[in-house]
This record gives sequence, C-alpha cells and structure tokens, in this order.
Amino acid sequence: MTRWERFKRWLITIRRIIRSGCVNFVRNAWLSIAAMAVMLITLTIVLFSVIANATFSNTVQQITDKIDISVYLKDDVSQQATNKLVNDVKTLPNVKSVTYISKEQALTNYKAQNASNTDLLVAISQTDNPLPATLDIKPKDPNKIGDIKTYLDKPEIQSLQSDPTSYSGDRKEAVDKITHATSFMRKAGVIGVLVFAIISMLIIFNTIQMAIFNRRDELTIMRLLGASTSFIRGPFVVESVLYGIFAAIVSVVLLNGLFAVSSSTLQASSLGLLDINYANEYFAQHFWVFLTLQLMVGIFIGAASSIIATRRYLRFKSPK
Amino acid sequence: MILLDRVSKTYNRDIGPALDRISLHVEPKEFVIIIGASGAGKSTLLKLLTREEKPTSGKIIIGGIDYDKLPDKEIPLLRRKIGTVFQDFKLLPNKTVFENIAFALEIVGMSNHEIEHTVPRVLDIVGLKGKEKRMPYELSGGERQRVAIARAVVRQPKILIADEPTGNLDPKHAWDVIKVLEKINRYGTTVLLTTHNQEIVNRLKRRVITIKDGKIVSDRANAEYHP
Repeated sequence: MTRWERFKRWLITIRRIIRSGCVNFVRNAWLSIAAMAVMLITLTIVLFSVIANATFSNTVQQITDKIDISVYLKDDVSQQATNKLVNDVKTLPNVKSVTYISKEQALTNYKAQNASNTDLLVAISQTDNPLPATLDIKPKDPNKIGDIKTYLDKPEIQSLQSDPTSYSGDRKEAVDKITHATSFMRKAGVIGVLVFAIISMLIIFNTIQMAIFNRRDELTIMRLLGASTSFIRGPFVVESVLYGIFAAIVSVVLLNGLFAVSSSTLQASSLGLLDINYANEYFAQHFWVFLTLQLMVGIFIGAASSIIATRRYLRFKSPK
Repeated sequence: MILLDRVSKTYNRDIGPALDRISLHVEPKEFVIIIGASGAGKSTLLKLLTREEKPTSGKIIIGGIDYDKLPDKEIPLLRRKIGTVFQDFKLLPNKTVFENIAFALEIVGMSNHEIEHTVPRVLDIVGLKGKEKRMPYELSGGERQRVAIARAVVRQPKILIADEPTGNLDPKHAWDVIKVLEKINRYGTTVLLTTHNQEIVNRLKRRVITIKDGKIVSDRANAEYHP
C-alpha cells in the first residue's frame, strides 16, 4: 500500500467515525437527551454559581467602599497642624485616601444634602457655622482598621478632635459584621462552586458510563469482527462530545435569556445580595469567554468519560 | 490452514481442563463439523481460534500466523482474516442489514464505492436481496443468521468459523443456513462448523470430529453421527 493510499484510508476512517458518532447521537435520541439534560443542568449550575459569586463579590466591594472613618477637628486647630495630621494619616499602611473637608465645605455639603428642608436651612443660616472641619479616611481593608484607630486614639491626636471619631457614621459594629460575613461568604462561594463542579462531573461521568454499559454488547461484537480500538471508541467519543457541545450552547443561551429577562422585569434589580443588573452586565461582558469555557468543559468531560467508560470493554483477554 | 498442537485450556484449576491436549490439522477448503455434548469444549476450541481466549499451553498456527507471537495490537488484524458466525447472531442492533454487513468492510477502510458494490452481491448469495434497509429486529431468526453469515464472508476470509449457527433456528431455516455455508465452502473457504443437530451431520457427510470431555474421541471423513 502506498503512503497516499494509506492516508486516504485513514481519512475515510476518520470521516466514518465522525459520521457514525452523529448517527448514533440521533438514533439514541432518548439517551442523548437524558445525558445532555444532566450535562446541561451541571454546566448551567456551575456557570450560574460563577456569575453569582462574581456579583456577590461586587456587592461586597460596593459595601466596603462605603466604609470610611470621619475625624472631626476642633475649630481652633491651625491649618499647619491640620496639614501635618493629613500627611501623617496618609503614611499609615492601611489608608487608601484621606480627604480634608473644611468647615465651609462641610456647610455647603450639608446645605446641599438638606436642600429640600427650608426650615433647617433658615435655622442654620442664622447661626455661626456649627459644623466641624472633617478628615474623611478610606481604609484599604475595612477589616483591619485597628492601626488607624490606635493612631487616632493617641492623646495628642484626641486633643485635636471636637467629637469622638465616627466609624462610618457610628455603625462600626454593623459594618464589622457585614465585612466579616462577606469575607466568609466569598470564601464559601468559591468552595461551593468547586464542590458543585466536582459533584456534577461525577454525575455526568456516571450517566455516560451507564449509556455505554447499555451498549457493551455492541462493543464486544465490534471487537469480535476485528475493529481496532479507535474505530470502536471513536463514535462513542464523538457522541459524548456532541452532548457536551449542545449542553454548553444551551446552558449559555439559557442563562443569557434568564439574566436579560430578569434584569428587565425586576426593575428593583437587587434580590438580597444578588444585583441582577450587575450579573446581566457581567455575563454580557464575558459572553464569549463563558461560551468558550463551557464548550471546553463540555467537550472535555464528554471525551474523558467516554474514553474511560469504553476502556473496560475493549481489553483483550490475557491467559490465566 | 489450521494447526493445533497439544493445545490445552484450563479456566479453573479445580474443575479441570476444558480442552486437554488437542491436536488437529485442517486443510484449506475443507468443511469440518465438530460435534459433542454441551460443555464438551467445542466453543472453547473456536474461541481459541479467534483469540477470544488464550490457550493455557500448546501451539496454534492459522494461515501461517503463530498465535504465540501475536501481539494484542494485531488481534484485530487476525480477526479480519477469519469470518465468524455465532449461535446468537451478534448483529449490531442499531444498524440496518446493509450497515451491519458494511461495518465489516468499514473496519478495513474500504471506500464507500466499493462497499456499495460488494454488499448487494453478498446479500444475493445468502438470499436476502431487497432487505438491505431492514433492522435486525424486523427479521426472522433464519434471516438474521444469514445476515450474520453475509457479514462473516463479505471480506472473503480464508476461514469461516460457525459456532452452532443453527442452534436457535427451526429445521427449515437451519437447513437454509447450512446450504449457504456449503455454497461458501464451494467458493473455496475453509469452514469449521459446530452443531448439535444429528440430521445436519448425516445429510452433509463431511469430516466429523467428536469432542468429549475436552478430548478428541473420533475424527472421521464422510461420517455420520448416531449418538
């Protein structure tokens, strides 16, 4: 046989394997639907968890961004002392930013915030500016504001302050709880996604194994007729890969629809900690990445489980 | 064509050998009938020939291939040279008659054009012209067995092994199948047939090998069978 002829035969065989896999896929419609359904549910849940986790992280980020520390200064603190304080606070390791709000600025802000309350505005205009100058400190990590607190509690700094330091408007405890809870839930989310992915892979694997177990006679017959391993296994792999491809596409389309519909109908847009609008946006931004990843996972699981599941029926007997 | 030299096969040491030092020589184009009660070792003998089982000891050479020197990877190549027919037909249930026979040719990488040319000719030989598109479950037992024979001979093997091909068939269909086997033998294929059926043995008048308790107890030409 010439090289060209051998190549031609190889090509014919590859084409047959793919064709036969597709034919099996159609003829075993019910089995295909069952296997695809399991894979679809898995891929959808995993993808949903990934997006939920991202959305959740985003919500946590938004909350922690709002956590800040306000230091109220006495009116008699000099501009020099204020500048020194600002610079000193900036050098603390956990400080993201420090904003100085002067008495005048504080009043303007206050007026703007209460623009609708005319009585209050009249009252405040008749007094001297009662608002203190403020330092607005944003921490890098709201869980570790201990250093900043220690610094602010020093007697020489305390002496500059007109009122007790405010930790996010005197809601430090609440903020503490939220930050603790969120960091725990962020970790739990990642672990949850992983556990889900592993369990569902086992389920898919089992489904495909069952499907092949049902057709083990076919495998042995092909073996007896002298078919090579790849020629027997090939169509099964093609078939399982097709499950993966269909399941991946349907799951991405399904979630796409789900987020699009829910973000347009649920105008309130925030279900507890799951911000639907953000989820929809995040999904849309990463649509192609998700589709590619889903396809890769689907194809991988399909191919791997069918290769492993067929192995046992393709072994040759060795002497006892 | 087929040479067995003191071949033994033991599945379970406690029970004893299924085949006990069998020596056998079959010439090309011979038609050999192997008879014996259930459990005598007929099927084991055929399984050794198709390398479904490996002998515990002894030498097997078929068509110049020494089984001792045959790596696992080349077992499929060996099986392509031997046609096999089974009592339970072993048709692929999800394939049509045509596809079942074509499968044997697809394995060896034959082109579609050749397959479309070859399959109808074989279907004609086994008398199943026009049933190409039927599924196995739409056929009678005798028809299924003829599909299986068509599949076994479509690659024109030098050897055809038929393990009780008539075991599941009524007398009329059984005889149809035997006639097909005779026809194939006339075309020059060596046929090895195991059977229980006394009438078939007596009508065929061929070489008859009797196996009892894993041993060959008689080997006669033009023999009849009277248990």
